[in-house]
Amino acid sequence: MIKKENLIFTNLYGFNEPSINFAMKRGDWKGTSKILKLSKQEIIDKIKDSGLRGRGGAGFSTGMKWDFMPKGSSRQHYLVINADEGEPGTCKDRDIIRNEPHKLLEGCLISGYAIGATKCYIYIRGEFFNEASILQKAIEDCYNRGFLGKKIFGQNINFDIYLHYGSGAYVCGEETALIESLEGKKGQPRLKPPFPANVGVFGKPTTVNNVETIAVVPTILKRGPNWFNNLGRENNCGSKIFCISGHVNNPCNVEEELGVPLKYLIQKYAGDVIGGWNNLQAIIPGGSSVPLLPKNECENVLMDFDSLKNAGSGLGTGGIIVINKQTDIVKVIARLSEFYKHESCGQCTPCREGTGWLMRVMNRLVNDDCTVEEVEMLEEVTHQIEGHTICALGDAAAWPIQGLLKHFKKDILNRIQKKQVA
Amino acid sequence: MPKIFINDKVVEVDDGITVLQACEISGIEIPRFCYHERLSIAGNCRMCLVEMENSTKPVASCAMPVAEGMKIKTDSEMVVKARKGVMEFLLINHPLDCPICDQGGECDLQDQAMAYGKGLSRFVENKRAVKDKHLGPLIKTHMTRCIHCTRCIRFSEEVSGNNQLGTIGRGEDTEITSYLEKTIDSELSGNVIDLCPVGALTSKPYAFVARPWELKKTNSIDVFDAVGSNIRLDSKGDKILRVLPRINENINEEWISDKTRFAYDGLNHQRIDRYYTRNNDGKISECSEDTAVNILKSKFTDPKKNKIFSLCGNLIDCESIFSLKLFLEKIGLKNYDCRQDNSFFIPNKRSSYIFNSSISGIDESDLCVIIGSDIRKEAPIIGARLRKKSLDKTGDYNVVRIGYQYDLSIDALELGKSFSSLTNLQNSKYTKLLKKSKKPIFIIGQGPLCSSEGENIFNFVLNLHNRIVKDPNWNGLNILQNYSGRVGALDLEFYNKKNIQKNNIEDIYKGKYETLYLFGADELEFDKIPKKTFIIYHGHHGDKAASRADLIIPMPCFTEKEGIYVNLEGRAQISRQVKMPIANVEHSSIFFSKLASSLGFQNDYSDLGSLREIMFSRYPILSKINQFKSEKSLKPSAFSKKFSKNVIISNIPNFYMTDSVSRNSPTMSSCSLQINENQNKL
Repeated sequence: MIKKENLIFTNLYGFNEPSINFAMKRGDWKGTSKILKLSKQEIIDKIKDSGLRGRGGAGFSTGMKWDFMPKGSSRQHYLVINADEGEPGTCKDRDIIRNEPHKLLEGCLISGYAIGATKCYIYIRGEFFNEASILQKAIEDCYNRGFLGKKIFGQNINFDIYLHYGSGAYVCGEETALIESLEGKKGQPRLKPPFPANVGVFGKPTTVNNVETIAVVPTILKRGPNWFNNLGRENNCGSKIFCISGHVNNPCNVEEELGVPLKYLIQKYAGDVIGGWNNLQAIIPGGSSVPLLPKNECENVLMDFDSLKNAGSGLGTGGIIVINKQTDIVKVIARLSEFYKHESCGQCTPCREGTGWLMRVMNRLVNDDCTVEEVEMLEEVTHQIEGHTICALGDAAAWPIQGLLKHFKKDILNRIQKKQVA
Repeated sequence: MPKIFINDKVVEVDDGITVLQACEISGIEIPRFCYHERLSIAGNCRMCLVEMENSTKPVASCAMPVAEGMKIKTDSEMVVKARKGVMEFLLINHPLDCPICDQGGECDLQDQAMAYGKGLSRFVENKRAVKDKHLGPLIKTHMTRCIHCTRCIRFSEEVSGNNQLGTIGRGEDTEITSYLEKTIDSELSGNVIDLCPVGALTSKPYAFVARPWELKKTNSIDVFDAVGSNIRLDSKGDKILRVLPRINENINEEWISDKTRFAYDGLNHQRIDRYYTRNNDGKISECSEDTAVNILKSKFTDPKKNKIFSLCGNLIDCESIFSLKLFLEKIGLKNYDCRQDNSFFIPNKRSSYIFNSSISGIDESDLCVIIGSDIRKEAPIIGARLRKKSLDKTGDYNVVRIGYQYDLSIDALELGKSFSSLTNLQNSKYTKLLKKSKKPIFIIGQGPLCSSEGENIFNFVLNLHNRIVKDPNWNGLNILQNYSGRVGALDLEFYNKKNIQKNNIEDIYKGKYETLYLFGADELEFDKIPKKTFIIYHGHHGDKAASRADLIIPMPCFTEKEGIYVNLEGRAQISRQVKMPIANVEHSSIFFSKLASSLGFQNDYSDLGSLREIMFSRYPILSKINQFKSEKSLKPSAFSKKFSKNVIISNIPNFYMTDSVSRNSPTMSSCSLQINENQNKL
């Protein structure tokens, strides 16, 4: 689907070196000074025109997000890069940092300039030690070349990037929890409003963006918003890195246009499902937080924000988890419930108490040690959590189970009845 | 003033308030656990969810600011369902041990579960159990009951300012703890008991004592410090079982100090309930009232009666002081005083001994200079008010301090520890700060005022104050009194104007007086008083004075009589009677009127009412109950700028033991021990 010349991440697989020299050969830091001569609003408008939507999971328009930042204020603005990639089934940011760190850093400079920030924090997941070392080296190289620091490209632009290590909390990938954690507090999501664009890091205007979102910004500006807009489908423009894992012959990261058919993606790049396409049971298409899709839905669904939403799931981070028929699907979801119970920050009542409840019922469900009424109750409990919490972790804990019950309830009830008869 | 629609009714509300407050104003109850008017918004209990137009999810009303045209529904199906859901989650890991829980009957969770809950449980897994924490002798914990509303944490961070509570763990393993297994050392810690919406934090001394509906509630005021916090005394039968704060925005807002809350058990210990005399062998033995009266008669009719000195104590109500004063005037005695510490003041000038800006005036002020006061111990409520003001984000509020650097839990600019550091106020850096200020407050503690340099300091600060303050309606010279009875006694002129500047206490120690009449006065250093001095102690607690006294006369304590106390602002308030006096001890006014008639004088009053009438006619300021009357600032008299290098220290070394009642309170003793233990741990 995507043409080779349209690939943004040309070194996604690390066949080339990540170093600054090789990155510049690949086109990074080329024409950056020209971009920085544009006005801030021009850059924001161009990103708006390109139709870029955030790649972190929610899919909010990036240009609009930048536009929320206060203009002409004398306060310090911050750009924060969310590199706390913790969503199960997702590993795109890690590869970007590992192999294309300069795309990210160039994006930081340009986006930071556009939102009026002179300081940028990259909040990197603590487990990404090697990646953080590469990124730190890249930052140092940029300072040495004068791409970062004071008077960048001889223009009146100052920009600093700081690397901050997380400590392995999934919830710190939520933007306000990330801000709290960055401030040295316990990583718990904040109430909104006020939004980070007004009160963010250290109480100052802040934009938090995903690594991939920022890393594609320089290419968009260099090749023009129209080029990006023409990739993919309407309202779901551009290309995106998909992470295919689970029961496929060749798990991989791949950059493709949005709107690529799921089946094509798996068969073309991942070497098909283990045991063949017909051996497919279900797919979680957007990282663990979205409802799964059963095989019949996977046949024709397109991989973009709106198509997946219509199919009752979501694009999320683009982490595709393939589950074949040899797997106990209930056990898969029970494992995810355990994950959300473990990662709930404990702030809001529904999520704190509900995730543990879900996990316990799910664990019993794995052994079919449940009554039919309890399955109904399980579904009700997920709805009691969903939408009632400060951040989206409550929703994320509820959706996988809702997806499971939506598509596999009959099987589950059969299993329970069989066990009761036995 | 935005107009919003609540359940289709138009309501016009103030800008900047939250949806929850708007609903409250329009009379709609919104259930909540984590939200509290005086704490920051956490928004984590999710109980206050309401439906908002254009929002697919219900929103937390406690955190949502009102906006023009907003459409809120509080009774829709969505809201009812959300509340039921949240309530079910709160209850699944709650032990539901209401029958053995001290919070039962006044539990937010219990009440709201009845009103908004499902009524039955579907949770069949094991419930969570949490280890209890040791938070000291005042707060009993039962952490399994905790619903993680974090009110206690926010209180310790925002109001008391000691940051000793927090959460550890994540998800359902979240626990509230004091992190390092340390007990809370705050003078306001007891307030978390009131704040806790469930029975996780309850009062240790009150544990398993009574149910709330069994208690008789008496609205009264506190006498353990000079703030005059408004309290409610809960009693059952003859015993006071607990003390709770009442809201008074002008004084204590919603908080009370730990001494106020827990020292009441001292009222049941070491009480004087009969007359005693000291025999010739030096031992004290019980005697009849007649014997005691005869001894008194012989003393008061002695031709050397000018050798009698009367001192009134720190916890005495105005009526009692006034009845003593009337008696002394009748028999023609002029040697009396109400100050056992010889604190400086100017006779008849109220402005020289009250907190002139008023407590709520702190909120208006723009600069605070503290001179030699350990506010956290002397008046924790004022400390909390000051802290609130200093944290106020709207402006930068500076607190400047001179004197020993006690833990203030406010970031203060320290000017030095000694008296001579006062002159640092005239450094250019600080004059700039002072000049900028329009409404400064100067808080002078009793430590410096009781020292020999008290007068000089007073005039120095007064002079500084008058130079800065241009507004004639602003008087920011605040004397921080330590004792509840002091301002009332000064208002009643319980001092001899002629020897006001003389050090009466030194004279007592030197043996100038043959007889001492101590009217609840317990704070002297009794080993300094010569052995030959005859000491009469008229009081309610067998404390320091009683052990030295030669004649002991009983008196009802403040919960056993009605009386007026004047707080440090000069605000007269009435302390109410909770129970009958112990062993039917007579009110001191009755005692003095009897004594006077036995000495052949006519009685001016027959009961408390007529006594009050006389008192109000002579001192009308005392009749202005609950009112604050501001005073014009004084003109300073001459002073020198030479101060000694001595360190300014506070008069209150131990917050938990400041008077005869708190010294006899077992709870206060264990607090005192705990503090030592904590210090040893460090």
